[in-house]
Amino acid sequence: MVYSYYPGCTLKNKAQDLDRYARMSAEALGFTLQEIEEWQCCGAVYPLASDEIATKLSAVRALNDAKEKGQDLVTLCSACHHVIKRVNDDMQHVEDIRTRANNYLKLDEPYLGETKVLHFLEVLRDRVGFDTLKEKVVRPLTGRKIGAYYGCMLLRPSSVMAFDDPENPTVMEDFIRALGAEPVVYPFRNECCGGYISLKDKPLAGSLVDKVMESAVCHGAEELITACPLCLYNLRNSGSREKVPVTYLTEILAEALGLLPEKEAPDHAAASGAEGQGEYAEGGDADV
Amino acid sequence: MHRIGVFVCHCGTNIAATVDIDRVVAAAAKEPGVVHAEDYQYMCSEAGQLKVREAIKEKQLTGIVVCSCSPRMHENTFRQAAQRAGLNPYMVEIANIREHCSWIHKDREEATEKAIILARAAIAKVMLNAPLTAGTSRVVKRALVIGGGIAGIQTALDIAEAGYKVDIVEKTPSIGGRMSQLDKTFPTLDCSACILTPKMVEAAAHENITIYTYSEVEKVTGFVGDFHVEIRKKARSVDMSKCTGCGVCQEKCPSKKAPNEFNRGLDKRSAIYTPFAQAIPNVPVIDREHCIKFKTGKCGVCAKVCQAGAIDYEQKDEIITENYGAIVVATGFDTIKLDKYDEYAYSQSPDVITSLELERIMNAAGPTKGHLERMSDHRAPKSMVFIQCVGSRCADNRGKSYCSKICCMYTAKHAMLIRDKYPDVDVTVFYIDVRTPGKNFDEFYRRAVEEYGVHYIKGQVGKVAPQGDKLLVQGVDLLDNRRILMETDMVVLATAIEPNPDVRKIATMLTASIDTNNFLTESHAKLRPVESPTAGIFLSGVCQGPKDIPETVAQAGAAAVKVVGLLAKDHLVTNPCVAKSDTLLCNGCSSCEKVCPYGAISYEEQEVNDHGIRETRRVAVVNSALCQGCGACTVACPSGAMDLQGFSNRQILAEVDAICR
Repeated sequence: MVYSYYPGCTLKNKAQDLDRYARMSAEALGFTLQEIEEWQCCGAVYPLASDEIATKLSAVRALNDAKEKGQDLVTLCSACHHVIKRVNDDMQHVEDIRTRANNYLKLDEPYLGETKVLHFLEVLRDRVGFDTLKEKVVRPLTGRKIGAYYGCMLLRPSSVMAFDDPENPTVMEDFIRALGAEPVVYPFRNECCGGYISLKDKPLAGSLVDKVMESAVCHGAEELITACPLCLYNLRNSGSREKVPVTYLTEILAEALGLLPEKEAPDHAAASGAEGQGEYAEGGDADV
Repeated sequence: MHRIGVFVCHCGTNIAATVDIDRVVAAAAKEPGVVHAEDYQYMCSEAGQLKVREAIKEKQLTGIVVCSCSPRMHENTFRQAAQRAGLNPYMVEIANIREHCSWIHKDREEATEKAIILARAAIAKVMLNAPLTAGTSRVVKRALVIGGGIAGIQTALDIAEAGYKVDIVEKTPSIGGRMSQLDKTFPTLDCSACILTPKMVEAAAHENITIYTYSEVEKVTGFVGDFHVEIRKKARSVDMSKCTGCGVCQEKCPSKKAPNEFNRGLDKRSAIYTPFAQAIPNVPVIDREHCIKFKTGKCGVCAKVCQAGAIDYEQKDEIITENYGAIVVATGFDTIKLDKYDEYAYSQSPDVITSLELERIMNAAGPTKGHLERMSDHRAPKSMVFIQCVGSRCADNRGKSYCSKICCMYTAKHAMLIRDKYPDVDVTVFYIDVRTPGKNFDEFYRRAVEEYGVHYIKGQVGKVAPQGDKLLVQGVDLLDNRRILMETDMVVLATAIEPNPDVRKIATMLTASIDTNNFLTESHAKLRPVESPTAGIFLSGVCQGPKDIPETVAQAGAAAVKVVGLLAKDHLVTNPCVAKSDTLLCNGCSSCEKVCPYGAISYEEQEVNDHGIRETRRVAVVNSALCQGCGACTVACPSGAMDLQGFSNRQILAEVDAICR
């Protein structure tokens, strides 16, 4: 099975792990992520202004590319996923946006929202199946207590994202369980990390991250996973309280599938927030 | 020779602002057969009706057309006016130029054009109208009330006091309803049981009232004045005539694992049970799902300890058949399920409860004997948060769009009672708006704030999170423009109310209409608020819309008055616009019988004279008392033998011709 794949800017530099481990794992699980050609930045923020059209065009181009190939479009980054799925929904349901985007792009055939947009987790859950995933695990993450951090954008608005209950989601917990680890459910797993506010008001982002970390630790999480580069940045770098390690969900997936060489596999006994911070220490102004 | 009169109503500016009345009058006057056409500002007024009556007499009119509002509004008014002037009331036609024309069009030219066409169609139809005579049907002097809560009890009492027999059918083992679960009632804080139980006793003792508890309405046929109802009296497994209500069986019952519905599942009850101590009748029921005897065949403890020998494991459901002149629906409400509101952690923490659960906790007969405590560890809370509008006034599709109306007041009541009894407990209420439009209601709410120090915060709560043995509440203060993250010990959700889920089934049986929220629809929102559009069906209590106890009692009385008004009549005038079969055309195929929803069509062997050929044929016969004039048979009949009087195929086609002309 081949899927069109939209990586997004961050996955090409700061979040290369998210991208790399996803592709490796996909092959091991029997599907291919085929990067679409000449993709552009999704804009990173879904434009709420109803008369704003230019910032939606990039998503439409990517969606149309997948349509022409007859493939579903897979994304990984929460922000890209959010933007592309919502723009696709607009193309399906908002006549004004659909008309204006098509007038502007002058495609051979108008794009009417035909492409199905899937998050990588949806592919694992609905196409591969967590039971099959469990069978393919060669190095189960037995004994590890992992908390899923959903953030706010992955599942909301639920009517458009339509992939899990935004208030009490289970998809990442089921994923963690399939890998042999113990999922830790904590209430603030779907709260905002602060997002881009960390550029402007660091203490505010810090207060939000502290709340998430405290909730996770209090419920027994020893590490966190996320799908979002910006969430990962904030969880690692904002706030003042003691942290647990944060990694991308694709990293533990690759690890459980036995795709990491022994030395590359993160040493979780020694892992701490500081490890990741090196990589991101100067990254605060670049791509987040 | 037809002599038709046309009367065009301005309806103030309702019609006249959009429709050129003069042109309608002029166009109508030119129609063949029309000998009189005039207009008036309010044709339905006494002066307007006088114009109609005088014209009928002076011009010897044989039929009239009134161009006005919907026939649902004033068809009857003008029929009566015609009758007073000596014209058969079924020689009246209404052209609806208000709802179907002026109210829905903006363009005066187009609206005028349409009004003229509608008038022309009505004129074409009235030319083919035949005088009809209404028959009469009997009125059974007995009423049925479905639901034994405060609404049903009050309606039944008022009907019974007027001297008519009335039966209450209640699904649960006891009458009392939601009100019996409440602790105190706003705004006077009198104890709910103290004011309800005397009414329950009065209803049970009243010579005109029969109460069927643990029973459900199974089937309804017939029509206003003469409904035939089957009531399923579920097997109680206890002989009501022998049981003394001593309660020993409940004490000795070894199965004590059934969730206690009356306490909203906060504790357990025995398999043989009465819902609460003051239950009426005070006769227990065996819950066969949880009874060891019914599950395994071994036990029978209750039968052994019962001195009266009342336990009867062999008891079967019983069907009671009874005729009623009127039926009152008083099926009440339940709170909505909270599975779509996971952010409030209701399913995750026993310390997050609904307001109705708090009523049971506060009640001396409740699971905690009236002590305010957390259900998780039975510790007394030091702080509590109330969240209003959980599922009410909901903009997305998770909850209800309407205001549940009672929550602002009962939350103020809870907050005040807790502050009064436990002054150490800190109480915070999150609200969207505080709505207190009732007598002494706002004063009551202000007392909670000003005298009892309840913190009211305008803003919604986004998340309730169990953290350790506390609950974290995350919300906003919109007046102070700040986010709030606070710890508390208990959270109480003012959960939206919705009509009892069974109401859909009951409404279907009664052919009573319900709205998108499952509330029963009233016949007119302002002028007929306790009547269903289906004749003979009346509405009492929350089944019609959210309301508090005083409003429910008032509506219950109003419904009773309407029932009494109906039962006081000896006969009802029946609608003569019923189906009629032409025996010469009927080929006895049974198509009409199959589609008739009222069972009004039967077949008999009749001797017919078909152009000189005499033979006996099987032909359809309509029972005019049962026929409701729906017209389904006229469409189904392949030979065109069925016709609806007053709406014959010829008349309808004449209207269509006039419109297309």
